[in-house]
Amino acid sequence: MESLCQDEVTVMERCRRGSKEAFEAIVRRYMKDAYFIALGLVGNREDALDLSQEAFILTYRNMKRFNPTRPFFPWFYQILRNLCFNHSRKRTDERRLVEQFDGRQVEREAGNNFTPDVVAERNEVKDRVWKAIGRLDNKHREVIVLRHFRSLSYEQIAQNLFCSKGTVMSRLYYARKRLKEILDSEKGGQQE
Amino acid sequence: MTCQHYKELIMGYLDNELEDEQKRVFEEHLQTCSACARELEEFRKLKQITDEVRLVEPEDRIWQQYWGGIYNRIERGLGWTVFSVAAILLVIYGGFKAIEEIIKDPSVAMILKVVLLALIAGLAVLFVSILRERLYFWKKDRYRDVRR
Repeated sequence: MESLCQDEVTVMERCRRGSKEAFEAIVRRYMKDAYFIALGLVGNREDALDLSQEAFILTYRNMKRFNPTRPFFPWFYQILRNLCFNHSRKRTDERRLVEQFDGRQVEREAGNNFTPDVVAERNEVKDRVWKAIGRLDNKHREVIVLRHFRSLSYEQIAQNLFCSKGTVMSRLYYARKRLKEILDSEKGGQQE
Repeated sequence: MTCQHYKELIMGYLDNELEDEQKRVFEEHLQTCSACARELEEFRKLKQITDEVRLVEPEDRIWQQYWGGIYNRIERGLGWTVFSVAAILLVIYGGFKAIEEIIKDPSVAMILKVVLLALIAGLAVLFVSILRERLYFWKKDRYRDVRR
């Protein structure tokens, strides 16, 4: 996700002319970022893999709309996040429907789609944090994912979200505050 | 500056993203505001446990097959598009031929021919109406030319 170099501009130009080899180079460069961001946004491996690939396919089909002199990743990120958010919304709607029919309690947002088996070197605390991230709303979850799982600077996050650094700082404040509230409420619930 | 403003600076301070001047002003505020100092400590602990969460790296074969999966789906998408267009054209052609046969056939009752023509006219009106609506919204779409 570094700044744009001349090589990348050339590769983007070739992509816009329909070169699959050039597009393959783009995919290979950004596939890990795409997969891990999708994993952070939707919470499980299969969906993350499928949605990140789908985002590249949509990108390829819309390449003509991309301005090759601008950075690629923020443009791609908009496609990826929209796919992931739509997916989470559909999953939540499906669960609500099931809840209406059989009266089971459904966790808010994408929470119960966040399976802890994707967490490395698992322990109880890490599992709880991961599940709590899953219960954040999309806007808050994405800043946590970009900052903690991709280690992006505020400048890079602002570039991807098309907002100012101040907005990033504010959003992170409310995201972490909410994360803390969720973790505290769970801890309280466990102690009772 | 209000305390709320300093609260958002806590994030920049924790993540080492503040400019020198902002950092100095914030540290000065911490000396006088116990609420912000307490909140900073709480967020520091939260950041520490969140930073410890790492996601499992998928097996190598996932990365090796990643581009192949995309390429196949692009290729199949193209195949389906060509197939669908050809199928639609064939159906339209077959439909026109069948209608032509019915209209020319003197043994078919006139009333049936009139109903058939009315059906085609109705479909044509529906098609034009939907097309016009789509064109209208496409022209009004503020984001259709958004390029980044």
